[in-house]
Amino acid sequence: MQVLTPRSLAEALRLKAEHPGSVPIQGGTDVMVELNFDRARPETLLNLNEVRELRGWSRDNGSIRLGAGLTYTEGMEAPLAEALPALAEASRTVGGPQIRNRGTVGGNLGTASPAGDALPPLLIGDAVVELASVRGERSVPLPEFLTGPKRNALAADELIVAILVRPAAGPQTFMKVGPRNAMVISVVSLALTVDRDHDEVRAAFGSAGPVAGLVQAPLAELNGFPERVAAAASPIDDVRGSAVYRRKSLRVLTVRAVERCLQ
Amino acid sequence: MRVELTVNGERLEADVWAGESLLYVLRERLGLPGSKNACEQGECGSCSVLLDGRLVCACLVLAAQADGHELVTVEGLAEDGELHPVQAAFAETGAVQCGFCTPGFVVATADLLARSPNPSEDEIREALSGNLCRCTGYAKIFDAVRLAAGS
Repeated sequence: MQVLTPRSLAEALRLKAEHPGSVPIQGGTDVMVELNFDRARPETLLNLNEVRELRGWSRDNGSIRLGAGLTYTEGMEAPLAEALPALAEASRTVGGPQIRNRGTVGGNLGTASPAGDALPPLLIGDAVVELASVRGERSVPLPEFLTGPKRNALAADELIVAILVRPAAGPQTFMKVGPRNAMVISVVSLALTVDRDHDEVRAAFGSAGPVAGLVQAPLAELNGFPERVAAAASPIDDVRGSAVYRRKSLRVLTVRAVERCLQ
Repeated sequence: MRVELTVNGERLEADVWAGESLLYVLRERLGLPGSKNACEQGECGSCSVLLDGRLVCACLVLAAQADGHELVTVEGLAEDGELHPVQAAFAETGAVQCGFCTPGFVVATADLLARSPNPSEDEIREALSGNLCRCTGYAKIFDAVRLAAGS
């Protein structure tokens, strides 16, 4: 086993091309658990902590550009939290302070768990994932990027560089069901926005299907929306909850999220 | 591979295996067993340390990621043989039973009070939500935090 630590994005992309089997590690909150429990022994780890281009966030032509290395702690801080309130709320529910100081939004996309807390808020912001390799760059809409449970559209030589997301154009919120407030993998989660610019309501759910899913409707169809969200999910029974409970919770969360947004 | 890091103000070097955690390096290679090894998955907070001034679980940091960086562990809190005010408050209030979680709680509390000297009840709960104690039921730990905040 070896660790490679590039100092720039160009060097990181070159190393990823030379070592297509390497596992990128940023905050380590997923990768280290795999290593500590002997579940994974990748030949090469690509440590991205020293790649400055992946850090922070910026405004980009009306969108917000989140560096792949943006931590949840950073996602909770103003002024970013004001531009993306659902992402800020979701960030506050991730782990505890220690996890939020290390875990990153890019890592959430890399792991692509159906329970990834950042995914529903990004979906309602019509997020587009910026991928790069030595071959060039491409932009992939988040729903296309998430190809299955813990699977994504990354090619072996590509890295996640950034996520472009639309700033909130109206109230939005995030809700998560779990046995306690902190340190919880969601049983089911929901991000919802009332988007006045586009005259529509958009909701995205987590832990209720093989991938986080997006549902949208015109504001005029708000009444039937909770049913539509519940119907769009395809939850399963697992250790954290049953399919029936998850679908019912989604309906209830959608009702509450709409109420909260319209207050 | 070799890593070089500053721990509690001292420049240290260690030869490490590529896949090992910062926690393993601290405990097994640098003789600093104050950070405890319990869950190894970031759930319990007993290995909490400050990495470049940020509270993290040492079990979730790859040793190589700490190369060239600065760490403060629970061993680095006391100065000149004097307990850190947070340590003194934990002792004073009896916020310790088996003691296993204590180093993590002490480091997390020191981090909280450095950022927010007079935290609200909610702030305390939030700041310590990543640390688990199986003995005391948290009441005395909260007493310790309030005492340290007042001192």
